Amino acid sequence: MKSAERSINRLAVLETALPRIVVAPSFVAMVVFIYGFILWTLYISMTKSSFLPSYDFVGLTNYFKLWRIDRWWVAVRNLLVYGGLFIFGCTLLGLFLAIFLDQKIRIEGALRTIYLYPLALSFVVTGTAWKWILNPGLGIERLVRQWGWSTFTFDWLVTSEMAIYCVVIAAVWQSSGFVMAMFLAGLRGIDDAVIKAAQVDGASLPRIYRKIIIPSLRPVFFSTVIILTHIAIKSFDLVVVLTRGGPGYASDLPATFMYSYAFTRGQLAMGAASAMMMFFMVMAVIVPYLYSELRRKRYA
Amino acid sequence: MIRTIHRIIVALAVVGLFAATAVSGEVEVLHWWTSGGEAAAVQELQKMLEKEGHTWKDFAVAGGAGANAMTALKSRVVSGNPPTAAQVKGPQIQEWAELGVLSNIDDVAQAEGWDDLVPKVVADIMKYKGHWVAVPVNVHRINWMWCNPEIFKKAGAQYPRTWDDFFVACEKIKQAGFIPVAFGGQPWQEATVWETIVAGVGGPGFYQSTLVKADEEALASPTMVKAMEIFKKIKPYTDKNAPGRDWNLATAMVIKGEAAMQFMGDWAKGEFTAAGKVPGRDYDALTAPDSNDVFLFNVDSFIMFEVKDPEAQKAQKAMARLIMSPEFQVAFNVSKGSIPVRSGISQEPFDAVAIASMQDFEATALNGGLMPSMAHEMAVSPAIRGAMFDVVTNFYNSDMPAEEAARKLAAAVQEAKM
Amino acid sequence: MLETGRSRRRMDPQRLLIYGVLLIFALYFLLPLVVMLMTSVKTMDEIRMGNLISLPRHPTMEPWIKAWDYATIGVTNEGIKGFFWNSIRMVVPAVLISTLIGAVNGYVLSKWRFKGSDTFFAMLLLGCFIPFQVILLPMARTLGLLGLAESFWGLVFVHTIYGLAFTTLFFRNYYVAVPDELVKAARIDGAGFFRIFMRIMLPISKPIFMVTIIWQTTQIWNDFLFGVCFSTGETQPVTVALNNLVNTSSSVKEYNVDMAGAIIAALPTLFVYFVAGKYFVRGLTAGAVKG
Repeated sequence: MKSAERSINRLAVLETALPRIVVAPSFVAMVVFIYGFILWTLYISMTKSSFLPSYDFVGLTNYFKLWRIDRWWVAVRNLLVYGGLFIFGCTLLGLFLAIFLDQKIRIEGALRTIYLYPLALSFVVTGTAWKWILNPGLGIERLVRQWGWSTFTFDWLVTSEMAIYCVVIAAVWQSSGFVMAMFLAGLRGIDDAVIKAAQVDGASLPRIYRKIIIPSLRPVFFSTVIILTHIAIKSFDLVVVLTRGGPGYASDLPATFMYSYAFTRGQLAMGAASAMMMFFMVMAVIVPYLYSELRRKRYA
Repeated sequence: MIRTIHRIIVALAVVGLFAATAVSGEVEVLHWWTSGGEAAAVQELQKMLEKEGHTWKDFAVAGGAGANAMTALKSRVVSGNPPTAAQVKGPQIQEWAELGVLSNIDDVAQAEGWDDLVPKVVADIMKYKGHWVAVPVNVHRINWMWCNPEIFKKAGAQYPRTWDDFFVACEKIKQAGFIPVAFGGQPWQEATVWETIVAGVGGPGFYQSTLVKADEEALASPTMVKAMEIFKKIKPYTDKNAPGRDWNLATAMVIKGEAAMQFMGDWAKGEFTAAGKVPGRDYDALTAPDSNDVFLFNVDSFIMFEVKDPEAQKAQKAMARLIMSPEFQVAFNVSKGSIPVRSGISQEPFDAVAIASMQDFEATALNGGLMPSMAHEMAVSPAIRGAMFDVVTNFYNSDMPAEEAARKLAAAVQEAKM
Repeated sequence: MLETGRSRRRMDPQRLLIYGVLLIFALYFLLPLVVMLMTSVKTMDEIRMGNLISLPRHPTMEPWIKAWDYATIGVTNEGIKGFFWNSIRMVVPAVLISTLIGAVNGYVLSKWRFKGSDTFFAMLLLGCFIPFQVILLPMARTLGLLGLAESFWGLVFVHTIYGLAFTTLFFRNYYVAVPDELVKAARIDGAGFFRIFMRIMLPISKPIFMVTIIWQTTQIWNDFLFGVCFSTGETQPVTVALNNLVNTSSSVKEYNVDMAGAIIAALPTLFVYFVAGKYFVRGLTAGAVKG
């Protein structure tokens, strides 16, 4: 009796400990390689690091310097414009395509693959193609003019104010397929019974969509926003290949700004400061969102 | 029995390990000459090195004319395992040397007499505190202007030798229906044209104080304002698709007879040659207006990292020696389209454009017109260069007035120095 | 699936509109690929003279052969094939390891929650948002200390670590949809932690494994930054080699070879999407996404 009890106790202890043990490596990795490095970056942003890391502390000087730089303001504004449009555009387009695809289309499989494949390609690969397509002298503008509409212009890529929108076009192209797949899956997971009931009650189609379907896709919106924000922040290859931040630095984003300062210009501390600013800005948006969504789930 | 076999295997393994490390020196070389003519040139060096019994371990990283390579290099150094040699040029050489990670190659320099073969202004960049830490490979001249004679003839225009003449010619060419200037709107290209103008408008002395010494007063001076104005004045004579265009596509415009002139360094020659064009007949290479007595140079070089293995050290010295050898200088520069960095090389294997360049190189070395190119990382630190680039490219692509640009230039440089 | 009350067979204006819109967007999505394919089989002269969307007059596979087999990349004239295999060798372990760890993490975070596990999850998600450039230098130092610098396993290590957040997210969301009663019943029957995982969770996890594998393969195969900093000559992945091929700084660009090389480099991920695409949607349907 006693030994059985003891072994049950041991088992119980093991059982509570085991989950923690199992996630421990990931936890340690996260603490060291993510938060540890973020703290390191934070520290470096307050030093005089130029070429390689140095550890002479200078406080918040670099942050003041950062906000005095013209180009940084342009980059931040671009991130807000680009990020906003990108997330909004992908979500809208993805939802839209998913709803349409959900209508028992015969060639659904093929269309789905077509919408999805861009995510498989790295931007270094497709960036050149988009660069040509959007270039007035080589791409769409030239093509449409050759077809006869000789006053057609589409020179956003080479216009300072509009270049960032070209980045949006290419970015939406790459990621909306994924969003579409997520929404499609979400749509298919909705219980038909609820919908049929609403139809029996005489609700019109748009109404059904607005009141029943879209609200029940809320978890999908959550994942989508997380993933899209992640992609928007990381957008580095995209800008480098498409516009190189130009014309001038009109389409610069914080990620390219940071890389340029940290590595190309040997001003590591400034690069680190810009990276921390990026992180803070994202946190300001994501943390409240995460908090509200995860809290919901407790009661779900 | 099995134990004996086991022992023999272990012994063989140990011997094998030794054999692998002790035979000859291995040089791991970081560079960004990854394809085409450039890669062919690097392969020459590899062959020469291997003929002497050493091995070449390649570490090629293209992109951004070295930007990616520099990131990779920093990452390697930080991880405690630098490559043996790396393609680093300009003031960055001194920055690396300050860290104390470079080995000095004075012995090779002395044995080969480099101080007598290389102009002082170039040698100084290769040295740190008087010691040779980098070996120069080639010389590119930046302030060239590539012209299409057909277009000039049709437009009834003359090759411009001053900036005033230049705008006269542009007007005529534009009237005749051609694009006067083939331009690629990327910051480094914009900076290349800009610094050529600065050297032309202000002369060598002005160039020195602004783009080499980065003196804020000179940067905000009226001469700089004038240079900015001329720079902006070129814009209406370029086509509207210029932003983002790669340099070689701009050269193609001159080759194809769409545009009359391009301001670009001597590597543009390669494009003409590849298209089967002959200098003097299909195209002409002139110095940019007002800059005939100025030679803005870009010298590529390799720095040598401190290594412990004596065989690797031997291989490093061999590599340095070979790079400066007449044999390599000819093979490399003919392949790449640049000119040798050392004197005493026969002009025979080179074409007319290169020969003219070599002569100017020697002449300007003596009269003070030989100066490092800021746009190509030869003159100022990366931070200052970056600051200048930002102002120049923003100015060119916006409506900023020239006075404001000059002021911003001085301010940005001051911030970058802090 | 919504029944609109109309006969589904007739191509009425509404359906025509739907098909029309879908096809227009299909064009938007296909355009770059078409441009790349056509350019990759043209000769350089044709590219210089022609325009972007013109059909190739004398299609040739030479650029493809060159890109794969003998294009000059650095001092090797062997095309991208060697680097292609490097990528495969690196991606397979990285994907498998990060997926497996993610699966176990997801299992714990959904079925064996303990005090602080939700915070851990939130922190993990938050950590997704650092730009990777930030970790280059400290990671280089760490790899150096661990003796993994420039080694193939070093790169696998880095990719595994930074993939953990997403793999955990995917599995956790999927497992949350599995009824807790199943697990509780199994525990009452005496099954332990691992047993439940093997016998109950894994067998129904195929869709989410597919989703995670697809996602991870894409991210890791297409990565450039880590590849360039944490590898050298022989261990460089295909993205670095492609960049070396395409980005000559002062030499003639061969656009056709570049495009061919880019498509070859993209084939594995494209293959994964074409073949496993349906699993992707199925996997997402099955709850990867529900939250």
